[in-house]
Amino acid sequence: MDFVMECKNVTYSYPLAETPALKGISVQIEKGKFYGVIGENGSGKTSFCALLRGFIPSFYKGNLEGEVLIEGKDLVEYKEVLAKKIGYVFQNPFTQISGVKDTVFEEIAYGLENFGVLESEIEKRVIEVMALTDIQDLAEKNPFDLSGGQMQRVALASVIILEPDILIIDEPTSQLDPEGTESVFKIIKALKEKQKTIILVEHKIDLIAEYADKVIVFQDGKIIANGDKQEILSDISFMNQGVALPQVAVLGNALKSAGLPLKQIPVTEKQAISLISDILKERGSS
Amino acid sequence: MSRNDLILKDVSFTYPNGYVAVEHINMHIRAGENVAIIGQNGAGKTTTVKLMNGLFKPTEGNVLVGEKNTKEFTTAQISRIVGYVFQNPDDQIFHSTVESEVAYGPKALKIPESEVKERVEQALKITGMDAFRKENPFNLPLSTRKFVTIAAVIAMNTDILIFDEPTAGQDVEGNKRLSNILQVLHEQGKTVIIISHDMEFVIDHFEHLIVMAKKQVQKIGSPQEIFWDYKTLDQAMLKQPYVSRVCKALGIEGNVVTMDQAVEKIMGRYRNAEK
Repeated sequence: MDFVMECKNVTYSYPLAETPALKGISVQIEKGKFYGVIGENGSGKTSFCALLRGFIPSFYKGNLEGEVLIEGKDLVEYKEVLAKKIGYVFQNPFTQISGVKDTVFEEIAYGLENFGVLESEIEKRVIEVMALTDIQDLAEKNPFDLSGGQMQRVALASVIILEPDILIIDEPTSQLDPEGTESVFKIIKALKEKQKTIILVEHKIDLIAEYADKVIVFQDGKIIANGDKQEILSDISFMNQGVALPQVAVLGNALKSAGLPLKQIPVTEKQAISLISDILKERGSS
Repeated sequence: MSRNDLILKDVSFTYPNGYVAVEHINMHIRAGENVAIIGQNGAGKTTTVKLMNGLFKPTEGNVLVGEKNTKEFTTAQISRIVGYVFQNPDDQIFHSTVESEVAYGPKALKIPESEVKERVEQALKITGMDAFRKENPFNLPLSTRKFVTIAAVIAMNTDILIFDEPTAGQDVEGNKRLSNILQVLHEQGKTVIIISHDMEFVIDHFEHLIVMAKKQVQKIGSPQEIFWDYKTLDQAMLKQPYVSRVCKALGIEGNVVTMDQAVEKIMGRYRNAEK
């Protein structure tokens, strides 16, 4: 199997912290897959992202045990090369915006400038990525004059433009309306189709069910489940562990307990409709 | 307790830079009602609630809080009736402990020290923030910080409370906590107005929905009236909740919007199909 990233029994504590933020994490990330990272707030999701990006231990010091391998090579052996390989979208878009540029257009171009890309090429790519993220109207605005939702899209655009092989995205839709949220998921899907590996932290579980391949569940600094989304998101026992299930899975479980003979618990709307309508049809014609 | 209805009469608001944020808004929120404002980013939701608590004064039209026209009173005066929790908690946190942050508002009201203390205790308890009372708010995660600001507004004991996107970034536990808070406030007879993008949460907790789109109010109604009105949903770029979509695809009638309704209707269909 082709793993782009691997954690081997990683335990990490932030400086001065009494308890570790990550406790004995082992996980393998497959190339070209879309991982949804879920779990309660404070369960270690963002620390996990910072670890995979190398912010732990290069920026956050603290105490790190275990091994993190990126394409088979130990994380600590990488230097600035990681910035080209892994794109990172911060949870708080204020953190992402550089603050050195006066317009959204320049802000999005900033990363490529640092990579020494030709000006004509930069302009072309900025225009493309602004169309993709639907922020053309904001081109001349100051990044700090934007609403939370707009800023989240600019932050995402400024990372996508670098075309990294791996994208780590921490709650990119918390301030977006349903329409904007869905469009972010569509963008991520398009990136997956370009063979990018995606790691996405999200609470919007219905969309994770719709779009992701795999799900990693965090609780109290540990990974308590990791695998196929169908298997994990239909498992009602996770609901007692602070994990939300998709609406259609909750519906499926409720129908099953009420006596509907569902063969399987649905995790997407499409599955729910087809599973339930099959039963109703069969019943009607028997 | 005095009863304060909230009335917006043909209200428009233009920012000083010329940007028109809302146009010709009309609504009448009765004392004690639970109201959710929904709609796209940029539809004018936050501007509307800032008009309600006097942070903004209408460019045209009038906003009445009980008997008071917001144009004739200061924001500080209106804020004794209408409490507002900002979308971004960092816009309203100043103190170095959760406890002192929550006590700040009531202290400024010049009420007796014992009452300040009582209100702070109650607000910390309702929001589940008592465990964090000695913490610096800025050391808490954003989703918890939001509850600090909710506690601070609850401690003001206003008749009307407005929460701007309290569901953003909340996990299961956070949503439960919020649910409890709404329950307590409802029992106390408070008017609660929230802005939210979480349709399932809104349906489960609010009887009255106000749909905003393109700087205007598109429709006011119950969840059932709103979420089966495709024209309104289209205008506001909203989608039906999942359970409604499933029922619609199955051809189940009765404008289902909640999980319980969906289970009941689907099981009804299943049993009726029995020979």
